[in-house]
Amino acid sequence: MTVKPTYDMLLLRFGEFTLKGKNRNRFEKSILQHVRALLKPYPDVNILKEYGRLYVRLNGHPFEPVLADLKKVFGIVSISPVKVCPSELESIVSSALQFMSETSLAPSTTFKVNARRVWKAFPHSSQDMNHLVGSPLLRAFPQLSVNVKEPELELRVEIREDRTYLFHESIQGAGGFPLGTNGKAMLLLSGGIDSPVAAYSAMRRGLEVECVHFYSYPFTSQQAKEKVIELAGILSQYSGTLKLHLVPFTEVQTSFTGIGQDNLIITFMRRAMLRIATRLAEREGALALVTGESLGQVASQTLPSMNVIGRATELPLLRPLITADKHEIIALSKEIGTYDTSIQPFEDCCTLFIPKSPTTNPNLRIVQKVEATLPGLSDKLEQAVEQTETLVITPDQWASTHTQGKESVIREEWF
Amino acid sequence: MHYFDHAATTPPYPEVIQTLTDIMSLYYGNPSALHRAGEDAAKLLKKAREVCAAALSALPSEIVFTSGATEGNNMAIKGAAMHYQSRGRHLITAVTEHPSVYQAFRQLEELGWEVTWMPVAGDGTVDPAALAEHVRKDTVLVSIMHVNNETGAVQPLEDIGRRIKEKNSRVLFHVDGVQGFGKLPVSLQNWQADLYTLSAHKFKGPKGAGIMYVKQGVQLYPLIAGGSQEGGYRGGTENVAAAAAVAKAMRLSAERQAEFYERARRLRDILVHHIADMPELMLNSSEHGAPHIIHFSYPGLKPEVLVHTLEEGGFLVSTKSACSSKSSEPSRTLIEMGRNADEAASGIRISLGWEHTEAEVRELGAALKSAVAQLAPMTGRKG
Repeated sequence: MTVKPTYDMLLLRFGEFTLKGKNRNRFEKSILQHVRALLKPYPDVNILKEYGRLYVRLNGHPFEPVLADLKKVFGIVSISPVKVCPSELESIVSSALQFMSETSLAPSTTFKVNARRVWKAFPHSSQDMNHLVGSPLLRAFPQLSVNVKEPELELRVEIREDRTYLFHESIQGAGGFPLGTNGKAMLLLSGGIDSPVAAYSAMRRGLEVECVHFYSYPFTSQQAKEKVIELAGILSQYSGTLKLHLVPFTEVQTSFTGIGQDNLIITFMRRAMLRIATRLAEREGALALVTGESLGQVASQTLPSMNVIGRATELPLLRPLITADKHEIIALSKEIGTYDTSIQPFEDCCTLFIPKSPTTNPNLRIVQKVEATLPGLSDKLEQAVEQTETLVITPDQWASTHTQGKESVIREEWF
Repeated sequence: MHYFDHAATTPPYPEVIQTLTDIMSLYYGNPSALHRAGEDAAKLLKKAREVCAAALSALPSEIVFTSGATEGNNMAIKGAAMHYQSRGRHLITAVTEHPSVYQAFRQLEELGWEVTWMPVAGDGTVDPAALAEHVRKDTVLVSIMHVNNETGAVQPLEDIGRRIKEKNSRVLFHVDGVQGFGKLPVSLQNWQADLYTLSAHKFKGPKGAGIMYVKQGVQLYPLIAGGSQEGGYRGGTENVAAAAAVAKAMRLSAERQAEFYERARRLRDILVHHIADMPELMLNSSEHGAPHIIHFSYPGLKPEVLVHTLEEGGFLVSTKSACSSKSSEPSRTLIEMGRNADEAASGIRISLGWEHTEAEVRELGAALKSAVAQLAPMTGRKG
């Protein structure tokens, strides 16, 4: 039986933005907010802010679930589970012994102690501390031997005035920029595999993302809409809160059928979506549109198609997945937890009215001309914007409605 | 009326009836339908599958809902034979299997399959070493029941599974688990079983419902072609309420198995003592048999006479297995165990359930004694 060390805290380290002096405060504040939102389900843990770092005090709570959630915070490069003790030599040594006895050690493990005396009034130097802590460990654990160059285990001891931290692991965090520190964008969220991954990628670069989903009830089912709400719920774990705009698209979509330009329907539809998303972006103060497009994946994602479609908006169009391969996108979608939801087989509006041979090379002039002849298209777009319903999804609220929704049919007493 | 025919069927748990009626009235949607009602039904079916799987330490994907053991046994045996016929055309089973297994093998014989029928010893068990001797390269399936439905004989499944897999790891092992589940410990992993059949009404679930365990990776040729329900093994709209009721009965029975064993075993010993006191009766159940089945013969007497006499006294017991009790042929199982025709034609089965008390069992013993005293002069026994 291996015993897991009993950790007192999680130490969160910030990422690349720490170089950017002036913005630092804003960045740290954003991380703090994000961490706070994710820790809501753990009322017994609390946050301690120190210069350049955050600590999460576990107060007896097991660290694994908290760690798993904190791995979703952008801007955090690494997380270390930490043992805390008073800054006195005796307690540091006994805590180190305890720490090592709770760590499962291979029959022969090379190690070193890396002590850092931040509190200069502490009576022993960093160098001295390496020996003062290392020697008793070597005596107590015969499987340990010292290797200062490339140790398999590096026990770090950080001595500060009010407490000393012991840790040896550094677990990779989500990295990237803190949420929303690079502005806001409107993302087109379908029910597929790609767009949730694009949302994650955009958020990871510090974009605050609001999602737009187009539904065509009754041509698409109610479940298709719920699937998107569920995807937004999963994404909200990465963003703290997430706005989801649900746009009724049936009127607009059906207006493109029966005009004798079947192979252009997808082009018209995508342009209409961009126009509606642009209107919503203006309303919400977003400065870009994000899509899950990946070059060459489908007819609307060829370069000529993207050219014609993209001209429907003046906002920058960001396509985080543009050069990614499908298997890379799938791997990431599994990692962020959206894959299983994405593959549920409900049609979304993009798979409706698919012509037999959608064009991969639309002609911009023809497209513009046909659009101009369509009666009331701009009114229909306007109407769709007006009838858009907006949901604000938070991770804890999503988690509770999500589990309630799952259990609502199932009564435990029946099984 | 005292019901002592639990090997034929058991009264359902009240909780099972509640599940059945609640779900039937509230969630009648077709689980394959696209709308909300269908989705709700599908959720319940999924949950039922998870609960059944947990009771067997199996995966939800390994559970197939069936209409009961006869379907399950046919599906396992014929489905495996058909799917794996490229491996060979040889099968092994025991001579004392339940008719739903026995007849499935007979059908395959008619279709040109070669079946090795393993004999049983006087206590009704198969010799694992002898069985393994018959395993060949072209053997596709071995099917052995857990507990014999007539005599309660318990087969050494772990030994059988180990030996046949040692001889040929590709041979599939099917266990008809109908009379064992909830009474004895079940370990599909230790038995190395690939297929396992259950019928819910034998463990206080509803009739017309059961499950089959199909180990991951094992394929079956579907006997009931249709929609792609139940992994394509069995077309047809799923009986959602029954599936949930099966799950409930399985969970309860698995949880209470050890307690049942202790109870039934105690009552059984009392009855066995009564029977041993009557020289007219001949015990067929072995000491090492299942705790809930007591089987004896009354040579020289048509068993229905004893059944009717006991019924007049308020006790319902059975002649051989319920499935074949209306035919007057001698019991195939008893003949195979080495009994003579007279002994094999006069078997009586008493099977126990949760409801029985010690007092009730003693009453049954007394009733049996007086029936025998009353009937003895009328038997054709000499001396």
